[in-house]
Amino acid sequence: MACIEARGLRKAFGTNVALDSVNLRVEEGRILGLIGPNGAGKTTALNAILGLTPYQGELRVLGRDPWTERDLLMRDVCFISDVAVLPRWMRVSQALEYVAGVHPRFDRAKAEGFLAKTTIQPASKVRELSKGMVVQLHLALVMAIDARLLVLDEPTLGLDILYRKQFYDSLLNDYLDRNRTIIVATHQVDEIQNVLTDVMFIDRGRIVFDCSMEEFESRYVEVMAHPEQVAAVRGLRPMQERQGIGRSVMLFDSKVGGVDRQKLCALGEVRTPSIADVFVAVMSLQSSAPQGVAR
Amino acid sequence: MTTPSHATSEVVDSQRVAPAVHSATRPFYWSVRRELWENRSLYIAPLAVAALLLFGFLISTAHLPAKMRSAPGLDPMQLSEMIEEPYNFAALLLMGTYLIVGVFYCLDALHGERRDRSILFWKSLPVSDLSTVLAKASIPLVVLPLITFAITVVTQCIMLLLSCAVLAANGQSVAILWTHLPLFRMSLMLLYHLMAMHGLYYAPFYGWLLLVSAWARRAPFLWAGLPPLAIGVVEKIAFNSTHFADMLLSRVGGGPQAIIYPAQSSAMQSVSSMILGRFLITSGLWIGLAFFAACLAGAVWLRRNQGPI
Repeated sequence: MACIEARGLRKAFGTNVALDSVNLRVEEGRILGLIGPNGAGKTTALNAILGLTPYQGELRVLGRDPWTERDLLMRDVCFISDVAVLPRWMRVSQALEYVAGVHPRFDRAKAEGFLAKTTIQPASKVRELSKGMVVQLHLALVMAIDARLLVLDEPTLGLDILYRKQFYDSLLNDYLDRNRTIIVATHQVDEIQNVLTDVMFIDRGRIVFDCSMEEFESRYVEVMAHPEQVAAVRGLRPMQERQGIGRSVMLFDSKVGGVDRQKLCALGEVRTPSIADVFVAVMSLQSSAPQGVAR
Repeated sequence: MTTPSHATSEVVDSQRVAPAVHSATRPFYWSVRRELWENRSLYIAPLAVAALLLFGFLISTAHLPAKMRSAPGLDPMQLSEMIEEPYNFAALLLMGTYLIVGVFYCLDALHGERRDRSILFWKSLPVSDLSTVLAKASIPLVVLPLITFAITVVTQCIMLLLSCAVLAANGQSVAILWTHLPLFRMSLMLLYHLMAMHGLYYAPFYGWLLLVSAWARRAPFLWAGLPPLAIGVVEKIAFNSTHFADMLLSRVGGGPQAIIYPAQSSAMQSVSSMILGRFLITSGLWIGLAFFAACLAGAVWLRRNQGPI
């Protein structure tokens, strides 16, 4: 069953179109990375999915209409919408008590178990915690909720790399199972490349790229060309070329032009590119496409 | 044999019903609790005022023996007034505290959570906007009157005990205090006044403040005050009349016929159900409550549609 299904999803703020007839389908149990430049419509799309904003078009989340059935939907959906949105006056123990009070699927003992692994004290107020600890607390609350969909919108923005790594490690080890779907919108995409099962690029309100990570790995190839073979590799028309340390790195989409991996192996070192590199390549193709041929 | 199975099916039924009840009232209950966690001024402010009152009263008890010695010379009315005066003053001051705390609470209630973005956290939980707004509205309407009532009664009791202790220490009779201070009747009167006047009759004010708090992006205090002022000014200039201002003032003052009290509070036996009944059929009350409901509906709509600031 599809966890999220959208057809012709559209949202405009005045004349500014944030979502332009988006079609998407996310199956249950997937971990989707939603990636896009600032102002591309990521947060608007997530807000529509979470029933935080009205929209035009058709959207079903776990079989429900998120705008009209928001209160019910929130029993099965959790989200961390931003870093540090926990109320600053609240004590850790009060947060546990409150969520246990209002959420029928919250397991308080589990949340306390997660918190025991951190240095967070139950009597502390949120304002006394560091940014990293606030995120740990929020994650502990969310992971103790038996939800079917978890939406993370820049959950680790502004955290140092230790907290970021810890965040995704806990998510993977303690939370993930086959029935849970996770959507992550982030700029720090390379850190979660090996976590994702699907990746989607969004630009100017449109989904411009949508593929599973298996397909991604077989489809995209990056070649670090041997110095004497640069011209030969370039002749195969890479989608993008950039300079590595003294060497040219070229990115190929094997679907376009039918580039053969074997052939590339002979011309240089071949590897799977990072999502970020493919993102940059796709985005630059996108921005040049309307004007025909670039430059 | 049929009885046990019948009982079992009843148990099943009650279990099926229980979660529905649980889900309807629990979010509301917890929303009210979290308002009390967040806004500790709701009870700290009146407690501080009560402490101040008691401190002042304690000093004033130095004159009490002398005052009471002159008591037999006064006529009963004057005597009652003299004895009741500090108790009424305490009640009045705590009522004023309630209004000030209530106004500040309402203006911040739906604005603060958008300003600090914590609304994103509240909205990530299965609590409807309606429950949240109703919980917030219940604070000035129900919770604050009850807090004020409880603190006032306790304060008055402590005042009475203090007086008795001082008089007894001076070898004077305390009987005159007990016979001239209708504390129970005063408390009933106070509860009625708090619930009817400051709760129900002032409801449109709280509704308006909550609406502004849900709508304003900044300076809710200013937005709450400016439109009524503007309407009053325009009316005065355009028609040289003051109906709008009069209406507001009469609402603040309790209205010409809005709150029905017995003519003489000291002659009053108790708050009879007849008085309450007459209050409940005044049109001013219901017009105010309708306005209050409209404001709350607006606040719910705004909370649902607007994100953080």
